[in-house]
Amino acid sequence: MSATAAAVTGNGASGKGAISIRNVTKIYDPGGADVLALDDCSLEIASGEVCMIVGPSGCGKTTLLNAIAGFHSITEGQIDLDGEMLCGPGKELATQGADRVVVFQNGALFPWKTLAENVAYGPIVQGIMNKAEARDKAEALLAEAGLGGVADKYPGEVSSGMARRAEIVRALINDPKVLLLDEPYRAMDALTKSIMHESLLEVYDRTKVTIFFITHDLEEAIFLGDRVVVMTTRPARTKKIVDVKIDRPRDYRLLSSEEFRILVQETKEAVHEEAVKAFEAGERELA
Amino acid sequence: MSNQSVSGRPPSGLHYFLHKSRKALKTPMPYLAFIGIGIWLLSYFLLNEYWRVSPFYKVPGPVEVVTEWLNKDPIWGTSLFTQDYYINIWVSCRRIFIAFAIATGLGVPLGLFMGWSKKFKDYTFPILETLRPIPILAWVPLAIVMFAGFETPIIYLATLASFFVTALNTMLGVESIDESYFRAAGCLGSKKHHVFLNVVVPGALPFIFTGLQISIGVAWFSLVAAEMISGDFGLGYMIMDSFMVNKYTTMVMAMLTLGFVGWITSAMVRAAGNRMMQWRERALGQGGV
Repeated sequence: MSATAAAVTGNGASGKGAISIRNVTKIYDPGGADVLALDDCSLEIASGEVCMIVGPSGCGKTTLLNAIAGFHSITEGQIDLDGEMLCGPGKELATQGADRVVVFQNGALFPWKTLAENVAYGPIVQGIMNKAEARDKAEALLAEAGLGGVADKYPGEVSSGMARRAEIVRALINDPKVLLLDEPYRAMDALTKSIMHESLLEVYDRTKVTIFFITHDLEEAIFLGDRVVVMTTRPARTKKIVDVKIDRPRDYRLLSSEEFRILVQETKEAVHEEAVKAFEAGERELA
Repeated sequence: MSNQSVSGRPPSGLHYFLHKSRKALKTPMPYLAFIGIGIWLLSYFLLNEYWRVSPFYKVPGPVEVVTEWLNKDPIWGTSLFTQDYYINIWVSCRRIFIAFAIATGLGVPLGLFMGWSKKFKDYTFPILETLRPIPILAWVPLAIVMFAGFETPIIYLATLASFFVTALNTMLGVESIDESYFRAAGCLGSKKHHVFLNVVVPGALPFIFTGLQISIGVAWFSLVAAEMISGDFGLGYMIMDSFMVNKYTTMVMAMLTLGFVGWITSAMVRAAGNRMMQWRERALGQGGV
Protein backbone atom coordinates (compact mmCIF):
# COMPACT_ATOMS: atom_id res chain seq x y z
CA MET A 1 0.00 0.00 0.00
CA SER A 2 1.36 3.36 -0.91
CA ALA A 3 0.38 6.79 0.14
CA THR A 4 1.83 9.90 -1.35
CA ALA A 5 1.39 13.39 -0.16
CA ALA A 6 -0.52 15.31 -2.77
CA ALA A 7 -0.22 18.68 -1.19
CA VAL A 8 1.63 19.79 1.84
CA THR A 9 -0.13 22.21 4.08
CA GLY A 10 3.06 23.40 5.73
CA ASN A 11 3.75 27.02 4.95
CA GLY A 12 6.88 28.01 3.14
CA ALA A 13 9.11 25.03 2.45
CA SER A 14 12.80 25.67 2.79
CA GLY A 15 13.59 23.53 -0.21
CA LYS A 16 15.49 20.86 1.66
CA GLY A 17 14.70 17.88 3.78
CA ALA A 18 12.23 16.03 1.53
CA ILE A 19 12.09 12.39 2.55
CA SER A 20 10.86 9.72 0.22
CA ILE A 21 10.17 6.33 1.75
CA ARG A 22 9.32 3.76 -0.90
CA ASN A 23 8.19 0.19 -0.29
CA VAL A 24 10.39 -0.24 2.75
CA THR A 25 10.36 -3.63 4.42
CA LYS A 26 12.27 -4.53 7.55
CA ILE A 27 12.64 -8.01 8.92
CA TYR A 28 14.15 -8.39 12.36
CA ASP A 29 15.77 -11.62 13.33
CA PRO A 30 15.74 -11.88 17.08
CA GLY A 31 16.71 -15.41 18.03
CA GLY A 32 15.95 -17.20 14.78
CA ALA A 33 12.34 -16.21 14.31
CA ASP A 34 11.88 -13.54 11.68
CA VAL A 35 9.71 -10.64 12.70
CA LEU A 36 8.27 -8.36 10.07
CA ALA A 37 8.45 -4.85 11.49
CA LEU A 38 7.79 -2.81 8.36
CA ASP A 39 5.88 -4.22 5.42
CA ASP A 40 6.06 -2.40 2.11
CA CYS A 41 5.78 0.94 3.82
CA SER A 42 5.71 4.07 1.68
CA LEU A 43 5.50 7.71 2.63
CA GLU A 44 6.47 10.99 1.02
CA ILE A 45 7.39 13.84 3.30
CA ALA A 46 7.83 17.24 1.70
CA SER A 47 10.56 19.61 2.74
CA GLY A 48 9.52 21.79 5.63
CA GLU A 49 6.67 19.50 6.58
CA VAL A 50 5.84 18.53 10.13
CA CYS A 51 4.96 14.87 9.73
CA MET A 52 3.54 13.18 12.80
CA ILE A 53 3.64 9.38 13.00
CA VAL A 54 1.14 7.67 15.28
CA GLY A 55 0.33 4.03 15.74
CA PRO A 56 0.01 1.30 18.34
CA SER A 57 2.95 0.55 20.62
CA GLY A 58 5.64 -1.48 18.96
CA CYS A 59 4.18 -1.21 15.48
CA GLY A 60 7.45 -0.22 13.86
CA LYS A 61 7.41 3.57 14.03
CA THR A 62 10.82 3.70 15.64
CA THR A 63 12.10 1.14 13.15
CA LEU A 64 11.30 3.62 10.42
CA LEU A 65 13.04 6.43 12.27
CA ASN A 66 16.07 4.21 12.89
CA ALA A 67 16.27 3.42 9.19
CA ILE A 68 16.23 7.11 8.24
CA ALA A 69 18.82 7.98 10.90
CA GLY A 70 21.10 5.09 9.96
CA PHE A 71 20.82 3.17 13.22
CA HIS A 72 19.24 0.11 11.61
CA SER A 73 19.35 -1.37 8.14
CA ILE A 74 16.33 -2.02 5.97
CA THR A 75 15.59 -5.31 4.25
CA GLU A 76 13.92 -4.03 1.10
CA GLY A 77 12.87 -0.75 -0.47
CA GLN A 78 14.56 2.61 -0.54
CA ILE A 79 14.69 5.83 1.44
CA ASP A 80 15.81 9.06 -0.24
CA LEU A 81 16.59 12.45 1.22
CA ASP A 82 16.29 15.29 -1.29
CA GLY A 83 16.59 12.86 -4.17
CA GLU A 84 19.71 11.16 -2.85
CA MET A 85 19.51 7.60 -1.65
CA LEU A 86 20.09 7.18 2.08
CA CYS A 87 19.54 3.48 2.03
CA GLY A 88 18.21 1.07 -0.54
CA PRO A 89 19.36 -1.66 -2.89
CA GLY A 90 23.06 -2.30 -2.33
CA LYS A 91 23.23 -0.07 0.75
CA GLU A 92 21.04 -1.42 3.50
CA LEU A 93 22.26 0.91 6.21
CA ALA A 94 22.14 4.69 5.85
CA THR A 95 25.27 6.58 6.83
CA GLN A 96 24.68 8.55 10.01
CA GLY A 97 25.06 12.25 9.55
CA ALA A 98 24.25 15.63 11.00
CA ASP A 99 21.73 16.37 8.25
CA ARG A 100 19.30 14.11 10.14
CA VAL A 101 19.57 14.69 13.86
CA VAL A 102 17.58 12.58 16.30
CA VAL A 103 16.03 13.72 19.57
CA PHE A 104 15.66 10.61 21.68
CA GLN A 105 12.79 9.27 23.72
CA ASN A 106 14.65 9.31 27.02
CA GLY A 107 16.95 12.16 26.15
CA ALA A 108 20.52 11.63 25.09
CA LEU A 109 22.37 14.76 26.08
CA PHE A 110 25.80 13.60 27.20
CA PRO A 111 25.52 13.73 31.00
CA TRP A 112 29.26 14.45 31.28
CA LYS A 113 29.07 17.63 29.23
CA THR A 114 27.39 20.88 30.21
CA LEU A 115 24.45 22.03 28.10
CA ALA A 116 26.71 24.46 26.23
CA GLU A 117 29.31 21.75 25.61
CA ASN A 118 26.59 19.42 24.39
CA VAL A 119 25.30 21.99 21.93
CA ALA A 120 28.79 22.93 20.75
CA TYR A 121 29.70 19.28 20.18
CA GLY A 122 28.30 18.80 16.65
CA PRO A 123 30.04 21.72 14.89
CA ILE A 124 33.32 20.90 16.65
CA VAL A 125 33.49 17.24 15.67
CA GLN A 126 32.38 18.02 12.14
CA GLY A 127 35.22 20.53 11.92
CA ILE A 128 32.88 23.35 10.97
CA MET A 129 33.81 25.60 13.87
CA ASN A 130 36.67 25.79 16.33
CA LYS A 131 35.97 25.36 20.01
CA ALA A 132 35.58 29.05 20.82
CA GLU A 133 33.26 29.74 17.88
CA ALA A 134 31.13 26.72 18.64
CA ARG A 135 30.94 27.69 22.27
CA ASP A 136 29.79 31.24 21.43
CA LYS A 137 27.21 29.97 18.96
CA ALA A 138 25.99 27.39 21.49
CA GLU A 139 25.58 30.00 24.19
CA ALA A 140 23.74 32.32 21.84
CA LEU A 141 21.35 29.58 20.73
CA LEU A 142 20.74 28.42 24.29
CA ALA A 143 19.99 31.98 25.34
CA GLU A 144 17.56 32.27 22.44
CA ALA A 145 15.79 29.16 23.71
CA GLY A 146 15.56 30.67 27.20
CA LEU A 147 18.36 28.47 28.54
CA GLY A 148 21.03 31.13 28.90
CA GLY A 149 21.08 30.81 32.67
CA VAL A 150 21.73 27.08 32.66
CA ALA A 151 24.27 26.84 29.83
CA ASP A 152 26.99 25.81 32.28
CA LYS A 153 24.90 23.22 34.08
CA TYR A 154 25.07 19.51 33.48
CA PRO A 155 21.97 17.77 32.10
CA GLY A 156 21.47 16.00 35.43
CA GLU A 157 21.07 19.37 37.13
CA VAL A 158 18.23 20.74 35.04
CA SER A 159 14.60 19.71 34.59
CA SER A 160 13.68 17.19 31.92
CA GLY A 161 11.90 19.94 30.00
CA MET A 162 15.00 22.10 29.90
CA ALA A 163 17.16 19.13 28.96
CA ARG A 164 14.86 18.23 26.08
CA ARG A 165 14.81 21.78 24.84
CA ALA A 166 18.61 21.87 24.99
CA GLU A 167 18.68 18.64 23.01
CA ILE A 168 16.65 20.27 20.28
CA VAL A 169 19.07 23.21 20.31
CA ARG A 170 21.93 20.70 20.03
CA ALA A 171 20.26 19.32 16.92
CA LEU A 172 19.47 22.70 15.36
CA ILE A 173 23.00 24.11 15.66
CA ASN A 174 23.94 21.70 12.87
CA ASP A 175 21.31 23.22 10.59
CA PRO A 176 19.90 19.76 9.85
CA LYS A 177 17.62 19.02 6.91
CA VAL A 178 15.43 16.83 9.08
CA LEU A 179 14.71 16.69 12.77
CA LEU A 180 13.78 13.18 13.88
CA LEU A 181 11.93 13.10 17.17
CA ASP A 182 11.12 9.81 18.85
CA GLU A 183 8.39 10.50 21.41
CA PRO A 184 10.49 13.22 22.98
CA TYR A 185 7.82 14.40 25.40
CA ARG A 186 6.47 11.01 26.41
CA ALA A 187 7.44 11.08 30.06
CA MET A 188 6.42 14.68 30.70
CA ASP A 189 3.48 16.04 32.59
CA ALA A 190 0.79 17.86 30.64
CA LEU A 191 1.88 21.34 31.65
CA THR A 192 5.54 20.87 30.73
CA LYS A 193 4.41 19.22 27.54
CA SER A 194 2.39 22.26 26.51
CA ILE A 195 5.42 24.49 27.06
CA MET A 196 7.52 22.10 25.00
CA HIS A 197 4.96 22.19 22.19
CA GLU A 198 4.96 25.95 22.05
CA SER A 199 8.72 26.09 22.01
CA LEU A 200 8.92 23.47 19.25
CA LEU A 201 6.37 25.38 17.17
CA GLU A 202 8.37 28.53 17.71
CA VAL A 203 11.51 26.75 16.51
CA TYR A 204 9.65 25.38 13.51
CA ASP A 205 8.21 28.73 12.51
CA ARG A 206 11.73 30.15 12.57
CA THR A 207 13.64 27.35 10.84
CA LYS A 208 11.03 25.52 8.75
CA VAL A 209 13.03 22.36 9.23
CA THR A 210 11.38 19.12 8.15
CA ILE A 211 10.13 17.33 11.25
CA PHE A 212 9.53 13.60 11.56
CA PHE A 213 7.82 13.18 14.90
CA ILE A 214 6.73 9.92 16.49
CA THR A 215 4.10 10.12 19.21
CA HIS A 216 1.30 8.31 20.99
CA ASP A 217 -0.46 11.49 21.90
CA LEU A 218 -3.09 12.29 19.27
CA GLU A 219 -3.74 15.82 20.47
CA GLU A 220 -0.04 16.49 20.28
CA ALA A 221 -0.01 15.06 16.77
CA ILE A 222 -2.82 17.29 15.49
CA PHE A 223 -1.60 20.35 17.35
CA LEU A 224 1.92 20.19 15.93
CA GLY A 225 1.56 18.44 12.61
CA ASP A 226 0.83 19.30 9.01
CA ARG A 227 -0.09 15.69 8.46
CA VAL A 228 -0.71 12.83 10.83
CA VAL A 229 0.25 9.42 9.50
CA VAL A 230 -1.57 6.58 11.24
CA MET A 231 0.37 3.32 11.04
CA THR A 232 -1.16 -0.13 11.21
CA THR A 233 -0.22 -2.60 13.87
CA ARG A 234 2.88 -4.68 13.14
CA PRO A 235 3.95 -5.08 10.40
CA ALA A 236 3.57 -1.35 9.95
CA ARG A 237 2.08 0.17 6.85
CA THR A 238 0.51 3.58 6.45
CA LYS A 239 -3.15 3.14 7.27
CA LYS A 240 -4.49 6.63 7.05
CA ILE A 241 -3.15 10.10 6.55
CA VAL A 242 -4.95 12.97 8.22
CA ASP A 243 -4.30 16.40 6.72
CA VAL A 244 -4.26 19.10 9.34
CA LYS A 245 -5.28 22.19 7.43
CA ILE A 246 -4.92 24.60 10.28
CA ASP A 247 -3.01 27.83 9.81
CA ARG A 248 0.25 28.58 11.53
CA PRO A 249 1.35 30.07 13.83
CA ARG A 250 -0.80 27.98 16.15
CA ASP A 251 -1.44 28.50 19.81
CA TYR A 252 -3.33 26.88 22.62
CA ARG A 253 -6.72 28.35 21.77
CA LEU A 254 -6.70 25.85 18.95
CA LEU A 255 -7.15 22.98 21.39
CA SER A 256 -10.69 23.95 22.22
CA SER A 257 -11.80 24.57 18.64
CA GLU A 258 -14.37 22.39 16.89
CA GLU A 259 -12.08 21.85 13.93
CA PHE A 260 -9.41 20.43 16.22
CA ARG A 261 -11.81 18.09 17.98
CA ILE A 262 -13.06 16.67 14.71
CA LEU A 263 -9.52 15.94 13.54
CA VAL A 264 -8.61 14.28 16.83
CA GLN A 265 -11.74 12.15 16.64
CA GLU A 266 -10.99 11.12 13.08
CA THR A 267 -7.45 10.09 14.00
CA LYS A 268 -8.57 8.37 17.16
CA GLU A 269 -10.92 6.09 15.29
CA ALA A 270 -8.17 4.96 12.95
CA VAL A 271 -5.66 4.43 15.74
CA HIS A 272 -8.11 2.71 18.03
CA GLU A 273 -8.88 0.04 15.48
CA GLU A 274 -5.18 -0.75 15.19
CA ALA A 275 -4.59 -0.57 18.92
CA VAL A 276 -7.29 -3.19 19.47
CA LYS A 277 -5.67 -5.44 16.87
CA ALA A 278 -2.26 -4.97 18.47
CA PHE A 279 -3.64 -5.67 21.92
CA GLU A 280 -5.39 -8.82 20.77
CA ALA A 281 -2.26 -10.03 19.02
CA GLY A 282 -0.51 -9.46 22.34
CA GLU A 283 2.85 -9.05 20.72
CA ARG A 284 5.77 -7.75 22.63
CA GLU A 285 6.90 -4.28 21.66
CA LEU A 286 9.99 -4.01 19.55
CA ALA A 287 12.67 -1.79 20.92
CA MET B 1 10.51 31.26 30.62
CA SER B 2 12.17 32.28 33.81
CA ASN B 3 15.66 31.24 34.64
CA GLN B 4 16.12 33.12 37.88
CA SER B 5 15.80 30.07 40.07
CA VAL B 6 18.65 28.29 38.33
CA SER B 7 20.94 31.17 37.43
CA GLY B 8 24.42 31.59 38.88
CA ARG B 9 27.35 29.31 38.49
CA PRO B 10 27.59 26.42 40.90
CA PRO B 11 30.55 26.40 43.30
CA SER B 12 33.63 24.62 42.06
CA GLY B 13 37.02 23.49 43.32
CA LEU B 14 37.79 24.37 46.92
CA HIS B 15 34.51 26.23 47.37
CA TYR B 16 32.62 23.16 46.35
CA PHE B 17 34.65 21.06 48.80
CA LEU B 18 33.98 23.51 51.66
CA HIS B 19 30.32 23.70 50.71
CA LYS B 20 30.09 19.91 50.85
CA SER B 21 31.99 19.70 54.15
CA ARG B 22 29.68 22.25 55.78
CA LYS B 23 26.69 20.33 54.54
CA ALA B 24 28.13 17.05 55.81
CA LEU B 25 28.59 18.47 59.31
CA LYS B 26 24.88 19.27 59.41
CA THR B 27 24.00 15.63 58.83
CA PRO B 28 24.34 12.94 61.50
CA MET B 29 26.90 11.07 59.37
CA PRO B 30 30.21 12.32 60.88
CA TYR B 31 28.87 12.04 64.43
CA LEU B 32 27.56 8.54 63.88
CA ALA B 33 30.95 7.56 62.49
CA PHE B 34 32.59 8.85 65.67
CA ILE B 35 30.15 6.99 67.87
CA GLY B 36 30.71 3.82 65.82
CA ILE B 37 34.46 3.99 66.25
CA GLY B 38 33.96 4.75 69.94
CA ILE B 39 31.79 1.67 70.42
CA TRP B 40 34.34 -0.49 68.64
CA LEU B 41 37.24 0.83 70.77
CA LEU B 42 35.23 0.41 73.94
CA SER B 43 34.31 -3.21 73.21
CA TYR B 44 37.92 -3.91 72.23
CA PHE B 45 39.03 -2.42 75.53
CA LEU B 46 36.45 -4.28 77.63
CA LEU B 47 37.09 -7.67 76.02
CA ASN B 48 40.89 -7.44 76.03
CA GLU B 49 41.95 -5.43 78.98
CA TYR B 50 39.03 -5.03 81.37
CA TRP B 51 37.16 -8.34 81.43
CA ARG B 52 40.01 -10.23 79.73
CA VAL B 53 37.70 -12.59 77.87
CA SER B 54 39.30 -15.59 76.16
CA PRO B 55 40.62 -15.60 73.43
CA PHE B 56 40.79 -11.82 73.22
CA TYR B 57 43.10 -11.32 76.17
CA LYS B 58 45.84 -13.13 74.26
CA VAL B 59 46.34 -10.12 72.00
CA PRO B 60 47.36 -6.68 73.19
CA GLY B 61 44.49 -4.34 74.07
CA PRO B 62 43.91 -0.80 72.82
CA VAL B 63 45.50 0.96 75.77
CA GLU B 64 48.64 -1.13 75.49
CA VAL B 65 48.88 -0.59 71.72
CA VAL B 66 48.25 3.15 71.87
CA THR B 67 50.71 3.60 74.74
CA GLU B 68 53.39 1.77 72.79
CA TRP B 69 52.49 3.67 69.62
CA LEU B 70 52.97 7.03 71.34
CA ASN B 71 55.99 5.94 73.35
CA LYS B 72 59.15 7.92 72.66
CA ASP B 73 61.14 5.00 73.92
CA PRO B 74 59.08 1.97 72.79
CA ILE B 75 59.37 -1.28 74.74
CA TRP B 76 59.27 -3.41 71.58
CA GLY B 77 61.39 -1.09 69.48
CA THR B 78 58.82 0.49 67.13
CA SER B 79 56.53 3.52 67.57
CA LEU B 80 55.59 6.84 66.00
CA PHE B 81 58.99 8.10 67.12
CA THR B 82 61.18 5.47 65.49
CA GLN B 83 62.48 5.62 61.96
CA ASP B 84 61.80 2.02 60.99
CA TYR B 85 58.05 2.60 61.40
CA TYR B 86 58.11 5.24 58.67
CA ILE B 87 60.45 3.24 56.47
CA ASN B 88 57.98 0.37 56.48
CA ILE B 89 55.05 2.66 55.65
CA TRP B 90 57.03 4.42 52.94
CA VAL B 91 58.22 1.18 51.33
CA SER B 92 54.69 -0.26 51.21
CA CYS B 93 53.18 2.97 49.88
CA ARG B 94 55.82 3.28 47.20
CA ARG B 95 55.18 -0.28 46.06
CA ILE B 96 51.43 0.33 46.03
CA PHE B 97 51.85 3.50 44.07
CA ILE B 98 54.00 1.83 41.41
CA ALA B 99 51.76 -1.25 41.19
CA PHE B 100 48.56 0.78 41.06
CA ALA B 101 49.98 3.13 38.42
CA ILE B 102 51.09 0.27 36.16
CA ALA B 103 47.83 -1.64 36.66
CA THR B 104 45.72 1.44 35.91
CA GLY B 105 47.88 2.50 32.98
CA LEU B 106 47.51 -0.91 31.35
CA GLY B 107 44.13 -2.01 32.67
CA VAL B 108 42.07 1.04 31.78
CA PRO B 109 43.10 1.23 28.10
CA LEU B 110 42.77 -2.54 27.73
CA GLY B 111 39.30 -2.48 29.27
CA LEU B 112 38.23 0.49 27.13
CA PHE B 113 39.21 -1.27 23.93
CA MET B 114 37.67 -4.54 25.05
CA GLY B 115 34.40 -2.82 25.75
CA TRP B 116 34.48 -0.78 22.60
CA SER B 117 35.57 -3.33 20.02
CA LYS B 118 33.78 -6.66 19.86
CA LYS B 119 36.63 -8.13 17.87
CA PHE B 120 39.27 -7.03 20.34
CA LYS B 121 37.19 -8.46 23.16
CA ASP B 122 36.86 -11.78 21.37
CA TYR B 123 40.65 -11.97 21.18
CA THR B 124 41.49 -10.93 24.70
CA PHE B 125 38.61 -11.83 26.97
CA PRO B 126 39.27 -15.61 27.10
CA ILE B 127 42.88 -14.98 28.16
CA LEU B 128 41.79 -12.56 30.86
CA GLU B 129 39.09 -14.88 32.10
CA THR B 130 41.53 -17.79 32.36
CA LEU B 131 44.20 -15.88 34.25
CA ARG B 132 41.91 -13.82 36.47
CA PRO B 133 40.57 -16.64 38.69
CA ILE B 134 44.09 -17.81 39.62
CA PRO B 135 44.46 -16.59 43.21
CA ILE B 136 47.26 -14.13 43.68
CA LEU B 137 49.00 -16.39 46.21
CA ALA B 138 49.34 -19.02 43.48
CA TRP B 139 51.47 -16.54 41.54
CA VAL B 140 53.98 -16.13 44.37
CA PRO B 141 56.41 -18.94 43.42
CA LEU B 142 56.28 -17.88 39.77
CA ALA B 143 57.03 -14.29 40.74
CA ILE B 144 60.02 -15.42 42.78
CA VAL B 145 61.31 -17.59 39.93
CA MET B 146 60.86 -14.79 37.40
CA PHE B 147 62.30 -11.86 39.28
CA ALA B 148 65.32 -11.45 41.48
CA GLY B 149 65.34 -9.58 44.77
CA PHE B 150 62.40 -8.49 46.91
CA GLU B 151 61.08 -5.41 45.18
CA THR B 152 60.12 -6.59 41.70
CA PRO B 153 58.24 -9.79 42.64
CA ILE B 154 56.19 -7.93 45.27
CA ILE B 155 55.26 -5.12 42.88
CA TYR B 156 54.54 -7.67 40.17
CA LEU B 157 52.05 -9.50 42.38
CA ALA B 158 50.27 -6.34 43.49
CA THR B 159 50.12 -5.10 39.91
CA LEU B 160 48.71 -8.34 38.62
CA ALA B 161 45.83 -8.45 41.09
CA SER B 162 44.99 -4.82 40.55
CA PHE B 163 45.22 -5.07 36.76
CA PHE B 164 42.57 -7.78 36.37
CA VAL B 165 40.05 -5.87 38.46
CA THR B 166 40.66 -2.61 36.63
CA ALA B 167 40.50 -4.12 33.14
CA LEU B 168 37.30 -6.03 33.85
CA ASN B 169 35.49 -3.12 35.47
CA THR B 170 36.52 -0.75 32.69
CA MET B 171 35.19 -3.17 30.09
CA LEU B 172 31.90 -3.50 31.93
CA GLY B 173 31.82 0.29 32.19
CA VAL B 174 31.96 0.70 28.43
CA GLU B 175 29.36 -1.99 27.95
CA SER B 176 27.06 -0.23 30.41
CA ILE B 177 26.91 2.97 28.34
CA ASP B 178 23.44 3.59 26.96
CA GLU B 179 23.27 2.92 23.23
CA SER B 180 21.52 6.24 22.65
CA TYR B 181 24.70 8.18 23.51
CA PHE B 182 26.52 6.35 20.73
CA ARG B 183 23.64 7.06 18.39
CA ALA B 184 23.51 10.70 19.39
CA ALA B 185 27.24 11.03 18.79
CA GLY B 186 26.79 9.35 15.42
CA CYS B 187 24.02 11.59 14.20
CA LEU B 188 25.93 14.69 15.33
CA GLY B 189 28.66 13.81 12.86
CA SER B 190 31.28 12.15 15.09
CA LYS B 191 34.19 10.18 13.73
CA LYS B 192 35.37 7.07 15.57
CA HIS B 193 37.96 8.84 17.69
CA HIS B 194 35.40 11.45 18.73
CA VAL B 195 33.10 8.71 19.94
CA PHE B 196 35.96 7.12 21.85
CA LEU B 197 37.00 10.33 23.58
CA ASN B 198 33.55 11.85 24.13
CA VAL B 199 31.38 8.83 24.81
CA VAL B 200 33.42 5.73 25.61
CA VAL B 201 35.88 7.28 28.05
CA PRO B 202 33.58 9.58 30.05
CA GLY B 203 30.73 7.09 29.92
CA ALA B 204 32.88 4.37 31.44
CA LEU B 205 34.35 6.61 34.17
CA PRO B 206 31.87 5.71 36.92
CA PHE B 207 32.63 2.01 36.51
CA ILE B 208 36.34 2.69 36.10
CA PHE B 209 36.48 4.45 39.45
CA THR B 210 34.41 1.79 41.17
CA GLY B 211 36.94 -0.65 39.74
CA LEU B 212 39.89 1.43 40.90
CA GLN B 213 38.57 1.52 44.44
CA ILE B 214 38.34 -2.25 44.47
CA SER B 215 41.66 -2.52 42.66
CA ILE B 216 43.59 -0.49 45.21
CA GLY B 217 42.16 -2.68 47.97
CA VAL B 218 43.18 -5.79 46.08
CA ALA B 219 46.63 -4.28 45.51
CA TRP B 220 47.09 -3.82 49.26
CA PHE B 221 45.89 -7.34 49.88
CA SER B 222 48.39 -8.91 47.49
CA LEU B 223 51.17 -6.58 48.55
CA VAL B 224 50.86 -7.54 52.19
CA ALA B 225 50.59 -11.22 51.32
CA ALA B 226 53.74 -10.95 49.22
CA GLU B 227 55.59 -8.95 51.87
CA MET B 228 54.69 -11.53 54.48
CA ILE B 229 56.05 -14.36 52.37
CA SER B 230 59.15 -12.71 51.02
CA GLY B 231 59.97 -9.24 52.16
CA ASP B 232 62.68 -7.04 53.58
CA PHE B 233 60.60 -4.01 54.54
CA GLY B 234 57.00 -2.93 54.40
CA LEU B 235 53.95 -3.21 56.63
CA GLY B 236 53.31 -6.84 55.69
CA TYR B 237 56.87 -7.66 56.59
CA MET B 238 56.49 -5.72 59.85
CA ILE B 239 53.47 -7.82 60.80
CA MET B 240 55.16 -11.12 60.02
CA ASP B 241 58.48 -10.11 61.54
CA SER B 242 56.97 -8.97 64.85
CA PHE B 243 54.82 -12.12 64.97
CA MET B 244 57.94 -14.29 64.60
CA VAL B 245 59.64 -12.66 67.57
CA ASN B 246 56.46 -12.40 69.68
CA LYS B 247 56.20 -8.59 69.48
CA TYR B 248 52.39 -8.70 69.35
CA THR B 249 51.96 -5.05 70.23
CA THR B 250 54.01 -4.01 67.22
CA MET B 251 52.05 -6.50 65.12
CA VAL B 252 48.69 -4.95 66.02
CA MET B 253 50.16 -1.49 65.49
CA ALA B 254 51.20 -2.50 61.97
CA MET B 255 47.74 -3.91 61.29
CA LEU B 256 46.01 -0.73 62.38
CA THR B 257 48.49 1.33 60.37
CA LEU B 258 47.62 -0.74 57.31
CA GLY B 259 43.97 -0.01 57.95
CA PHE B 260 44.56 3.73 58.10
CA VAL B 261 46.88 3.88 55.12
CA GLY B 262 44.55 1.71 53.06
CA TRP B 263 41.63 3.93 53.97
CA ILE B 264 43.55 7.05 52.94
CA THR B 265 44.54 5.56 49.59
CA SER B 266 41.00 4.59 48.71
CA ALA B 267 39.77 8.01 49.84
CA MET B 268 42.29 9.52 47.43
CA VAL B 269 41.00 7.37 44.59
CA ARG B 270 37.44 8.38 45.48
CA ALA B 271 38.38 12.06 45.57
CA ALA B 272 40.08 11.80 42.18
CA GLY B 273 36.97 10.14 40.82
CA ASN B 274 34.67 12.83 42.17
CA ARG B 275 36.92 15.45 40.71
CA MET B 276 36.87 13.87 37.28
CA MET B 277 33.12 13.29 37.41
CA GLN B 278 31.81 16.67 38.52
CA TRP B 279 28.78 16.08 36.33
CA ARG B 280 27.84 13.07 38.39
CA GLU B 281 28.57 14.71 41.72
CA ARG B 282 26.44 17.71 40.92
CA ALA B 283 23.58 15.72 39.51
CA LEU B 284 23.58 13.51 42.60
CA GLY B 285 23.65 16.62 44.73
CA GLN B 286 20.42 17.64 43.02
CA GLY B 287 18.84 14.29 43.58
CA GLY B 288 19.06 13.45 39.88
CA VAL B 289 21.03 10.77 38.13
